[in-house]
Amino acid sequence: MNQSLRLAHIDSQLVEAPSEFEQALAERRHVDHANRGLSLTIRGLRKSFGANEVLRGVDLHIPAGQFVAIVGQSGCGKSTLLRLIAGLDKPTAGTISFGEATRPEDIRVMFQEPRLLPWARVLSNVEVGLGADRTSVDAKARAEKALEEVGLTDKREQWPAVLSGGQKQRVALARALVSQPRVLALDEPLGALDALTRISMQRLLGRVWHDQAFTSILVTHDVAEAVALADRVLVIEEGRIAHDINVDIARPRQRGSAELAALEGSILRNLLGTDDAAGL
Amino acid sequence: MSIVEVLPRVRNFRVPSLSGLTQWIVPLVILAGWQIACVAGFVPARVMPAPTDVALAGWKLLVSGELLQNIWVSFWRASVGFLIGGSIGFVFGLANGLSELSSKLTDTTLQMVRNVPHLALIPLVILWFGIDESAKLFLVALGVFFPIYLNTLHGIRTVDPQLIEMGRIYGMSNSELFRRVIFPGALPSIFVGVRFALGIMWLTLIVAETIAASSGLGYMAMQAREFMQIDVVVLSILIYALLGKVADSASRVLERLTLSWHPAFQK
Repeated sequence: MNQSLRLAHIDSQLVEAPSEFEQALAERRHVDHANRGLSLTIRGLRKSFGANEVLRGVDLHIPAGQFVAIVGQSGCGKSTLLRLIAGLDKPTAGTISFGEATRPEDIRVMFQEPRLLPWARVLSNVEVGLGADRTSVDAKARAEKALEEVGLTDKREQWPAVLSGGQKQRVALARALVSQPRVLALDEPLGALDALTRISMQRLLGRVWHDQAFTSILVTHDVAEAVALADRVLVIEEGRIAHDINVDIARPRQRGSAELAALEGSILRNLLGTDDAAGL
Repeated sequence: MSIVEVLPRVRNFRVPSLSGLTQWIVPLVILAGWQIACVAGFVPARVMPAPTDVALAGWKLLVSGELLQNIWVSFWRASVGFLIGGSIGFVFGLANGLSELSSKLTDTTLQMVRNVPHLALIPLVILWFGIDESAKLFLVALGVFFPIYLNTLHGIRTVDPQLIEMGRIYGMSNSELFRRVIFPGALPSIFVGVRFALGIMWLTLIVAETIAASSGLGYMAMQAREFMQIDVVVLSILIYALLGKVADSASRVLERLTLSWHPAFQK
């Protein structure tokens, strides 16, 4: 239903901040969801750990409501970038601004590990996500709604230990969503799941992003996942954004379609260099 | 009825609700063997009285009120000493697990004291406190302190840092982080400390009561030795075993209630 709003002109090549995209998304936001996603502007971002410079000057604008995937080889700095955006670490230099004042509940992170409290029932684990609103009267109702969103209402009174890996990650997603964040940072959240669970989790992520229109930043090592979900793929190499690729493919996207495969191939060639990618 | 129909039923047949009694089979067999050995005259009564004689001695002491009085005194000493030593150990464990400064200040000292066997202090304790209650309480508290201190400290230090980071991200205050993440995470380890401490509690008390006391189970056993009442000596030892079992069961029940989330306690 959202196809009329998608952008049509950008091919898989380097682009500057796409202002038309932003306008289109802003329209969608005003029509469907009052004031949801936050835009994000990063200027001259650097991060060093001792003598090791992990990020070497990142400049980036992410329009409100966009789904951005960050890919790159391990150790390229993609997780560091995400942790800085989520406010988990302090940058060595540079700024990250969200365009307006934010509350801690506005920005949520999901990790590769579910990080559920083993001694709290599923529903209480979701309630943790409410942040400062944990004590409010409707906390439980909100947690139940978030759990419904990820399809785990029947597990509300279970201990996390009895859930499968995919179910745990869905609880973690519900916990991240319950405060209705405006930015969701995802650090390889599906990395530890098996292939089938992974695909259903990708669908779930795509659906909640579409419904709730938050800005989504996904770090992944799976290029197929990046092109299946994102509006835009950033390739990071040696602490800088090496490629900025817009994914101009209509949603819902058909898994395994020629379009996705071609784009995935070209990004992989970028990532691996032509020698390694010759066999692709 | 053919064998094919019968077999599954045979397999599904189970002795009804005897699983709770299984653990008592071995003690009962030992008791029966002991009785037979005594009655048959394999063991002279001066070396080991028959279980029936021990039971008789127990009955006499029970009727005179002496037995309950002594059990009560020992139980009181054990629990008060445990509470004092346990709470101090718990508080130090918390403080040193949570605060770098506190740990730097006290941990080295505590580790040094830990390596002195606390029963070696008995002569000193008698000189300080005489043989009244405070001497026994002091020894029990000292013995109980270290297992609880060490395991509380270990429990807090090994709480998953990823969970702590998660708690901070989700805006938990320090007290909330402690209540929701750190303390529940440390609890399994704290219980290990409690069970160790319960063992040490009885050990310390028995030694203290046999050496320096004028009441209690250990005193009762020592008095009986003076008068060659071997049945009473054996009775005291059996009561110690029983009390130890009761304490251990109590801690298990507590564990089961508070750690029902833990995969090891899920049925």
